[in-house]
Amino acid sequence: MFENILRYRSARYFWWSLALVLVCVGIYVTHGRAEPPNGGTWQGYTLGTVGALLIVWLTWLGVRKRRYGGGVGSVQGWTSAHVYLGTACLVIGSLHSALQFGWNVHTLAYVLMCLVIFSGFFGLYVYVNYPRVLSDNRLGGNRESLFGELFELNERGLALARRCSVQVQQAVNSAIERTVVGGGVWAQLSGADHSRIETEPGKLIPHPDQQLAIDTIASLIPRSEKAQEVVALEELLSVLCRRQTILRRLRHDIRMQGWLQVWLYVHVPVTIALIGALIVHIVTTFFYW
Amino acid sequence: MSPEQHGEQHFGIAIVGSGPGGLSAAARAAFHDRESGAVTPSYVLLEGFSAHAKTIQQYQKGKHVMAEPGFLDLRSDFGFREGTRESILDGWSASLAENTVNIRYGAEVTRISQENHVFTLHTADGGRLTADNVVLGIGTAGNPRKLGVPGENLLLVQYQLDDPDEYRGETIVVVGAGDAAIENALGLSKQNRVIIVNRGAEFSRAKEGNLNAVLAAINNPSLPFDCLYESNVKEVVETPDAKTPLAVTFNTPEGEKTIDCHRLIARLGGVPPRKFVESIGVTFPNDKPDAIPELSRTYETNVPGLYIIGALAGYPLIKQAMNQGYDVVEFIRGNLIKPADHPLLEYQFHCMPFLRDADDVLAMFQQRIPMFRQLNALAFRELLIESNVMVAYPAGPLLVEAQAKLKALQAQLADRNPRPRTPRLIREGDYLYRAGEYAASFFTIIEGEVQVEEDGYSRTLERGQFFGESSLISGRPRIDSARAGASCILIETPRRTMVKLLSSNEEVRAGVDWIFVVRELRRQFAPEAEFTDLREIALACPIRQYRAGEALYAQNDPGDVMHLVRRGSVTLTRAVAGGPETLVAELRSGELVGQMALMGDAVRRETAVASVATETIEIDRRNFLALMNKRGARVESLQRKVSQRLLTISEMEVRQESGNLMRFLMNQGLGEATDTLIINESLCVGCDNCEKACAETHGGISRLNRSAGATFARIHVPVSCRHCEHPHCMKDCPPNALQRAVNGEVFISDACIGCGNCEKNCPYGVIKLAYEAPKKPGLLQWILFGIGSGPGEEAGYQPSKSAKEKGKRAVKCDACMNRRGGAACVAACPTGAAQRLSPEQFIDLLG
Ligand SMILES: Cc1cc2nc3c(=O)[nH]c(=O)nc-3n(C[C@H](O)[C@H](O)[C@H](O)COP(=O)(O)OP(=O)(O)OC[C@H]3O[C@@H](n4cnc5c(N)ncnc54)[C@H](O)[C@@H]3O)c2cc1C
Ligand code: HEM
Ligand code: SF4
Ligand code: SF4
Repeated sequence: MFENILRYRSARYFWWSLALVLVCVGIYVTHGRAEPPNGGTWQGYTLGTVGALLIVWLTWLGVRKRRYGGGVGSVQGWTSAHVYLGTACLVIGSLHSALQFGWNVHTLAYVLMCLVIFSGFFGLYVYVNYPRVLSDNRLGGNRESLFGELFELNERGLALARRCSVQVQQAVNSAIERTVVGGGVWAQLSGADHSRIETEPGKLIPHPDQQLAIDTIASLIPRSEKAQEVVALEELLSVLCRRQTILRRLRHDIRMQGWLQVWLYVHVPVTIALIGALIVHIVTTFFYW
Repeated sequence: MSPEQHGEQHFGIAIVGSGPGGLSAAARAAFHDRESGAVTPSYVLLEGFSAHAKTIQQYQKGKHVMAEPGFLDLRSDFGFREGTRESILDGWSASLAENTVNIRYGAEVTRISQENHVFTLHTADGGRLTADNVVLGIGTAGNPRKLGVPGENLLLVQYQLDDPDEYRGETIVVVGAGDAAIENALGLSKQNRVIIVNRGAEFSRAKEGNLNAVLAAINNPSLPFDCLYESNVKEVVETPDAKTPLAVTFNTPEGEKTIDCHRLIARLGGVPPRKFVESIGVTFPNDKPDAIPELSRTYETNVPGLYIIGALAGYPLIKQAMNQGYDVVEFIRGNLIKPADHPLLEYQFHCMPFLRDADDVLAMFQQRIPMFRQLNALAFRELLIESNVMVAYPAGPLLVEAQAKLKALQAQLADRNPRPRTPRLIREGDYLYRAGEYAASFFTIIEGEVQVEEDGYSRTLERGQFFGESSLISGRPRIDSARAGASCILIETPRRTMVKLLSSNEEVRAGVDWIFVVRELRRQFAPEAEFTDLREIALACPIRQYRAGEALYAQNDPGDVMHLVRRGSVTLTRAVAGGPETLVAELRSGELVGQMALMGDAVRRETAVASVATETIEIDRRNFLALMNKRGARVESLQRKVSQRLLTISEMEVRQESGNLMRFLMNQGLGEATDTLIINESLCVGCDNCEKACAETHGGISRLNRSAGATFARIHVPVSCRHCEHPHCMKDCPPNALQRAVNGEVFISDACIGCGNCEKNCPYGVIKLAYEAPKKPGLLQWILFGIGSGPGEEAGYQPSKSAKEKGKRAVKCDACMNRRGGAACVAACPTGAAQRLSPEQFIDLLG
């Protein structure tokens, strides 16, 4: 009952697209020897028209996706057809251009189309592969529940530190206070950790993965002289380690979720540029006939 | 000795409670006093609170009060129209003064006794008075439970909270662990320091949504929100000289602890008024918490001279209570007027093939149905007003004539919104319902006959018999089809009315149960047996009830009975020696559990546990054998089903993961679901297009929360309605706005008055109260020019003025019942991650 977009209805749009590509290749090979293949032949015009219509239809997904009141088919069906026909577009566009390139708007349109399509391939890759990883990483919860757990561990960590020496308190307080999750676009996408820690008053150093705090506590345990404190330190160590795992999961979550979204910021604006270039391309073709 | 000689005041009528019912009664009595020129009032209105109509005073500020049911006319000396809480209360205040109503505030009646037909009423402040008649209009809210410790009556110890925004910068102690306490505490924590005090170690009574919210608040370090677990208030003292005016001492697991605060809010639930009512001598039909005392046609109880009106009498709306207040005073005065809802009955009987007064028709109907003969007249009248009357005519001139008559009536009522119920004209041979439809209404035959078809058998039912009980009890779709026979007259009673009747009338419940069992036994075991043949067996098969989580039997127990599930769901788990327990089957109504005990294996091989509230018919060996000896007994098919079951059980036994997933689904309450949104997290990209689609197709408010809810093995159950077999939300909706469509969708009609009962009653936290969302510019405007916030629910939208005036209404998923192409959430998901599943499809999830 659950099928991914590639397998949707036994991949019916794969076969449609394959058929379309074969027909287009068929048209292409009818180019006689008299005239070399190019966009100006009747074959070229046919392929160009098919390609342009296809691009318009592919772009329409953005509208169909938001026509919530209804419309033809389901959005999943549209998306499935979109990825296959979008891929077909690469072949059809290439056939239409007959790979004659130059420094002109025609080639620009082709390049933009390729950009959209390759960004689409990337999107498809993350759509198919990342959700599973994301789900497993969240351990049956969601991002809020991970944050909830983090806050709880922060509280417990701070409370435990209060039962220890000033040195421990400072280390733990500053580690927790200066933990950074997320951040700018790149920080989110790379999962970079900009957390810091105050080792001496006024001295902040990077604190990736909370390792330094953990190591510090671990090294203090055998040296502590008060039995009371040892108990607290041991508990603190376990809290910090759990906190470390949660932080890793959170960064992973933010990173994966970021990639799932960010590619559309290439795919869609370039689509708009493509539509612009396409219009210029068509108009100029007719003008300089 | 007459009471006056004791220095006590004596009245003709004492009205207790100044809710809409009591006010209207007092107004009517005041009217008669004026007419007769009485010097001293012949009645008194006693109100425990410091103002009139406490229930309404306690509505949320500015609440829009609705005048449901729209088709019922108001009959009262006081006015009442749709409007804000304030306008209604002010209107009544003015009327109280204008009519110089004899009302006493702060006069909580604590005891009523009766001697020689005179009632003595005792009030909490030690006062006493006597009366010939007593009208109880005390509602159902009951009085809030108090702390029960020294200081419980201090001014700053409150038992309710109108508006959390009223307090700022205070330290407030909230006592209680239920939804009311949690909601108050969370509301206050926005601008106050809050300490919530829980007697237990967990918030186990709270709804899931509240539970998560309160735990998050307690764990959120940046919120001044703390919790004292396993703690009780020991005493509260005023500390006028300290920085804060109150000091509260608690017993905690670590010993005594005192907290200084500005105020204490205790939300410990209410003491239902039943005990009080019973202490006067009024009997209730049974022990169920929602039982309603039996009343005569004039609202008189079994105690002569004692009358009950309004919510306590089972009429949960303001207009009804007011009409009854008027009528009851007339009745007491011996004026047997027709009640205000009499016209509704007349409309119902408009197309009868005989002409008679509505009251006579009513009496005749009741006489014709053996099961309803015991019912008191008021209850039967109520039943008819809320039911559909159906009249069948053969196609021809008679039908045409009746249709014309009905049209004329409907035209006459056209300006009413909603229109009062009018009869339904049907043709002989028309289907009343078909197998597979969701509907739980209950049919009674007044005249003529009905054909019920099922499994290739067709049976004729006659006058006085009923049908449709199977879906009513199981909550599942119809398993049979029914067709109108020759010139029949039927009453179709909606589920809610029937549920109310079943829980308030023992005879009706027993009657319906008995027929249910007979028909179910026949269906399962002996389809050709005569009805009369099975009656004795049915009486000998008890109905067992199980709470969620309760076991029917355990593995390795000796077994000597089997169960036929009639509502709910039962899971079977099997433990292998040394290994873990595996869930091997889930069984719903109409299925057998533990039949092997009577078919060869006397030891239970599984543990059977009810996963939601469940009822079964228990069949022992003797009865089973008796059934098997009937003509046409289904021995063959039973044996086939057993082998089938054993096969699937052994299959499931080795698929531990599948069993765990099923157990997870059951723990999410899906044992009572009919249609659930499931998200497969291995496909979901988190785009929230499903939520956006929901909001866009439902007035800008999403009814599903995708990311909330539990997940197991990448199967996610978002917070969204699952359209329960027996929807909890329907339980006490005053205007009956929660309905179920033929395809099973549970939805909220326009009649919603925003009381919030459904929100409280839904255990899955899927109903919310919301203002209408503002309209948004069209999609293309957003795409092309970026106007508006884009598709989906606008976070933190500001309701318009008119939306605020209309007030909040309950909103929930309606499974897109009116949308072509099915549920919008599913249709909008680009990756196919969101699907709606029926329980039969759960098994496919297991893969
Ligand atoms: C939140 C909410 C919203 C609602 N919205 C609507 C709506 O929009 N429209 C609608 O029609 N209905 C609405 N209802 C239902 C409506 O409030 C009740 O049906 C109605 O109030 C019932 O009237 P009543 O006279 O029977 O009792 P109540 O209104 O409950 O009045 C009982 C009175 O008796 C007093 N009393 C109780 N015990 C004693 C005693 N021992 N001695 C003296 N006095 C006593 C109480 O203080 C109270 O004033 C709503 C209910 C709730 C809870
Ligand atoms: C010229 C070719 C293409 C054009 C013009 C195009 C255009 C678009 C547009 C306008 C959207 C809507 C985005 C939104 O509104 O959120 C979209 C979405 C998408 N496209 Fe393309 N696309 C093209 C090719 C491809 C290809 C080749 C693939 C993959 C093989 C692809 C994969 C996707 C996917 C996965 C989505 C996201 C669907 C969703 O989340 O709703 N596209 N594309
Ligand atoms: S609103 Fe709640 S109780 Fe009502 S049907 Fe939906 S899930 Fe069940
Ligand atoms: S629409 Fe589908 S993919 Fe998007 S959030 Fe909802 S379930 Fe997930």
